[in-house]
Amino acid sequence: MANRTLTRADIAEALYEQVGLSRNESADLVESVLDEIAQTLVGGEAVKISSFGSFSLREKGERVGRNPKTGVEVPISPRKVVVFRASHVLKDHINEKGA
Amino acid sequence: MTKSELIQRLSEKNPHLYLRDVEKIVDTIFEEITRALASGDRVELRGFGAFSVKEREARTGRNPRTGEKVSVDAKRLPFFKTGKALREKLNEGHGSR
Repeated sequence: MANRTLTRADIAEALYEQVGLSRNESADLVESVLDEIAQTLVGGEAVKISSFGSFSLREKGERVGRNPKTGVEVPISPRKVVVFRASHVLKDHINEKGA
Repeated sequence: MTKSELIQRLSEKNPHLYLRDVEKIVDTIFEEITRALASGDRVELRGFGAFSVKEREARTGRNPRTGEKVSVDAKRLPFFKTGKALREKLNEGHGSR
């Protein structure tokens, strides 16, 4: 197991090699896909990518937090968080260790 | 939004590309992420988020209905952590900070 980190540049390189776009356009498209997903979530809509997983939103209510250093109580404002649920296809891929 | 709607929207914004190319692009992106996770790598998309794989050890579980013991195999699970920029954008206009 290699334990490297895949980045935008690696994905863009794959598009360049597999789809035949220019390197610049490959990089732009990786960005467009991520932007489209992010903007949809910001707009309050969930995103479902079949055989990969789904990104949904959860609203968290206001709660009281505490500054760990000073012990002062501070209200934590209500916020939205993204929840990712992997599809079975993705989970299966991750667990098949080429056995 | 589903994957086909994502492909549709991208295709409208990139009229110079064939629909089948946009499909190939979207599929390739998620295949690359899947492949990296399957080989135990992390995927870091700064501003958007990071995907990683966590190991769960084998354990003895219990059937909650019958109370019977069952062994649960070790497994690997994908995780996603939202990036800072996206987290902030989701909560813009919520005030306080």
